[in-house]
Amino acid sequence: MNTTSTMPKHEYYDAMLHAVDRGERLRLCLECGNCSGICPFGQVMVYPPSRLIAMLRADRFETVLKTDALWMCVSCYACTEFCPSQIPLTAGLMARTKEELLLSGNVPTELQAALSNSQRYGNPLGQSPRKRADWAAGITPEIQVLAKTRQAVQVLWFVGDYASYHPRVQAASRALAGLLNLLGVSFGILGPEESSDGDSQRLAGERGLFETLADKNGKAFSKYQFETIMTADPHAYNALKNEYPRLGITYPVQHYTEFLAERLEQLTPLMKREIQSKITFHDACYLGRANHVFEPPRNLLRAIPGAELVEMSHNRSNSLCCGGGGGGMWLDGFQWEKAHVRLSELRVREALAAGASILAVGCPYETPRFEDAVKTAQRESELKVRDIAELLAESIGIREGVL
Amino acid sequence: MNIAVLAKLVPDLVEELTIDSAGAKLDLAFARYIINELDDHAIEQGILLKERFGGQVTVVVPEGDGADDVLFTAAAKGADRLLKLTGFSPDIGNTRALAHHCSEIIRELKPDLVLTGVQAHNDLDGSLGSLMAGLLELPYVGYLSGVAIQNGAASVRKEYPGGLIAEFDVTLPAVLGIQAAEQPPRYVAVSKVRQTMKTATIESMPASAGASAPLLTISRMYKPEAAQHATMLAGSPEEVAAQLIGIFKELGVL
Amino acid sequence: MGNDVCVVIEHLRGQVSDISYVMLAAARGLAESSGGKVLAILLGHGAQDLAQDLLADEVLYADHPELADFTPDAYEAALVQLLGEKQPRAILLGHTSIGTDVAGTLSVRLKLPLVSSCRQITPDGKYVSQICGGKIMAEGQLPVPAAVVTMTPGGYKPEQGRGSARPEVTAIQPPPLTPMRTKLAKYIEPAGGDVDISKESLLIAVGRGIQNQDNISLAEELAKTLGGVVTGSRPVIDQGWLPTSRLVGKSGKHVKPKVYLALGISGAPEHVEAITDSETIVAINTDPAAPIFDLAKYGVEIDMFDLLEVLTTKAKEAKAD
Repeated sequence: MNTTSTMPKHEYYDAMLHAVDRGERLRLCLECGNCSGICPFGQVMVYPPSRLIAMLRADRFETVLKTDALWMCVSCYACTEFCPSQIPLTAGLMARTKEELLLSGNVPTELQAALSNSQRYGNPLGQSPRKRADWAAGITPEIQVLAKTRQAVQVLWFVGDYASYHPRVQAASRALAGLLNLLGVSFGILGPEESSDGDSQRLAGERGLFETLADKNGKAFSKYQFETIMTADPHAYNALKNEYPRLGITYPVQHYTEFLAERLEQLTPLMKREIQSKITFHDACYLGRANHVFEPPRNLLRAIPGAELVEMSHNRSNSLCCGGGGGGMWLDGFQWEKAHVRLSELRVREALAAGASILAVGCPYETPRFEDAVKTAQRESELKVRDIAELLAESIGIREGVL
Repeated sequence: MNIAVLAKLVPDLVEELTIDSAGAKLDLAFARYIINELDDHAIEQGILLKERFGGQVTVVVPEGDGADDVLFTAAAKGADRLLKLTGFSPDIGNTRALAHHCSEIIRELKPDLVLTGVQAHNDLDGSLGSLMAGLLELPYVGYLSGVAIQNGAASVRKEYPGGLIAEFDVTLPAVLGIQAAEQPPRYVAVSKVRQTMKTATIESMPASAGASAPLLTISRMYKPEAAQHATMLAGSPEEVAAQLIGIFKELGVL
Repeated sequence: MGNDVCVVIEHLRGQVSDISYVMLAAARGLAESSGGKVLAILLGHGAQDLAQDLLADEVLYADHPELADFTPDAYEAALVQLLGEKQPRAILLGHTSIGTDVAGTLSVRLKLPLVSSCRQITPDGKYVSQICGGKIMAEGQLPVPAAVVTMTPGGYKPEQGRGSARPEVTAIQPPPLTPMRTKLAKYIEPAGGDVDISKESLLIAVGRGIQNQDNISLAEELAKTLGGVVTGSRPVIDQGWLPTSRLVGKSGKHVKPKVYLALGISGAPEHVEAITDSETIVAINTDPAAPIFDLAKYGVEIDMFDLLEVLTTKAKEAKAD
């Protein structure tokens, strides 16, 4: 403590500086407002990032804690991406602020349930952990649940919450399973031993919960032999790649599009059916902007016979968030009340404006979110939402995970 | 204002319940326990009353899987004293005995108010609150969605069907059966509960002798008929409509 | 003497509730097999007319100003005196806001076992209760020589407990109902004039498939005919086609109707979690793979617009019969 400093003692400010790696960069904030400008919900957040920093510096953070508008943040990383001072805004400032909101009891009820469920059942949907591998029933050859087979595999497929439990997303999981089987990949899943990756919960302010979940997953990983982890869930990808190593859980990890793109030579000749459509790819925040994986998904789509890849006006690092991150997946009612617009609906309109008839996605949050948006916009006859795995499977002729 | 809240754990219905091979009890091998939802509301109501009117909140939980977590979480929300009833396992059909043991604890605590959930899903021989009120000879009102303290008495809002509410004045001490706290049970961050585990202590209260054997025998437990998939009605709109009318009549809505 | 079955009649603001008739029906079978009478216990003030269609061998009516409205203490005092004298085979109360307020204390004061959530009493004297969120049935011998039972609807139809002739009404003297520890201060009507859908027994639920506000009137017409209420899933409320008070779902209300008629609702998890307590779900959807069909008891793969009007017409005809 520098006793000759003229700066007042900021309890919260200090906490923010130490919240994450490189958090001290907060001091370099120029108040340029880029972050608040690019924030998709900046207009209703009351304290978007730059204003939040100003409140911190003015020692008025407690005022911020009395509002609930901060819960509009969907942790999309847009602010972080465009900050000229490279402040880790999303993972540092916003997540830490949400943590303070949680601790002070200022948290929407909708979100509470997802957090309690995650703690209790290992998934935010509140489904029984014993049913986590039910989606894989009926696939041949049978999907290996590592606790049962106890065999060494090359790939541990970290399936994720929505890909395991949400009916719409289970279809994408089955498609991916079919592709992996076709390619002769040696893989297994954790099934009931898998817990939520915890990344969205972390960004929603529950650091303690994240650590509990990561710890459980780490213990499960250590029981089995595998070379690499693959996941179809960009949130899990982000956690496994960037956050788990901080807790001592380090494994090589790939998003399934990276994994399959490496095997494109094997896949391409199998894609016999044409999909005559203009396809546009939505860059998921945690795959694209946060982790810079832009080309592998596009390479896969370009390989589909008959498909023409078109780009939306926001793409790659300035892609528009679907609104599901940072707790947004569990704040639909709350966010609707405040904004009267859904980011997923804006995005769907962009896809249609780009002339696409298929909106291709690579994240389990997106399939249900975009399909809902297409229905609300009443454009079901014009735009279909498909996971990349589903499109590849369709072109190859795999149905329900079986060729 | 001394408030005692009784909370118990019940089998979590998210997991599938199975009956054991003898056919008269639940197979608890894979059962997970969760706080009775309405008891969670009772804890919340107790904390709210403390925040508004001052006083102390004591939470009492029978021992079992998850009991400590329930107690520490209550402390993290603001409960002052944590008591665990030991030497007794609540089960389907022995709520009366549980009421007996909890009443002993209440006689020692002498609170102004006893709160508990108005019922639990595995109640078969009555609900804890009303049985305790009988044993303690205290007034009891249940199905409450609001509790306030006015002039040393409780002013409570009781729910009737159709959204009707009845406001009652209840002399203290009293036992109240909570249906809903005035706000949903607050969330407590995992880190906060962890912190509380370091500072809060749970006191053990051994069950006294003297509870009677269960007055109820269960000869059989089974699952009601469940439909796996909807029975699909087919035909022209007229035919389907006629079938639906028949179904509505059967169900008593027409 | 020890064979009669007593039914504590529930009434609220001048109306006997359905559960009272259900209990009378349940009492009938037990009274017959134990060789006793069905005695309806009616507590009130100037409420003797409520006895007129109770299917009971006798109605014991206690009149007192303190009994004008239900209060736990007054009912407990009156029932303890009356039933303590009677020593019946069983005392039936509703598993309701009224019945459960006194059942526990009554069973302790009278030193009788208590069976709750009872749906049915079999002719051979067994109780059949439904517990654990409706997932488990528990059966056993109704304790002898006497027991207190709280009854839930579902095992008997109210009509089975309604009589065509006025039963014999015997006036009985209530005990002195001295200052009671529980006093009714006032009733508060439901807010905003809109119904509380979580308490309704027939819901006509519309989803996205309703397409626009005008079509809601089709659902309203059917609801009016069947005596139900129209509710909506999230997108319907978001569009402003129905008020927030009608929202069913994760962010809205959890409902537990007898019948939930789902029109164009796919059955997404966020919606389904709020309707799993429905007794019977009937699903109308054009998509045969809609998850709602795994939850519903009955389903129809049809465009709701092909069905709604003809269903409403037939319902009107059926009511006119």
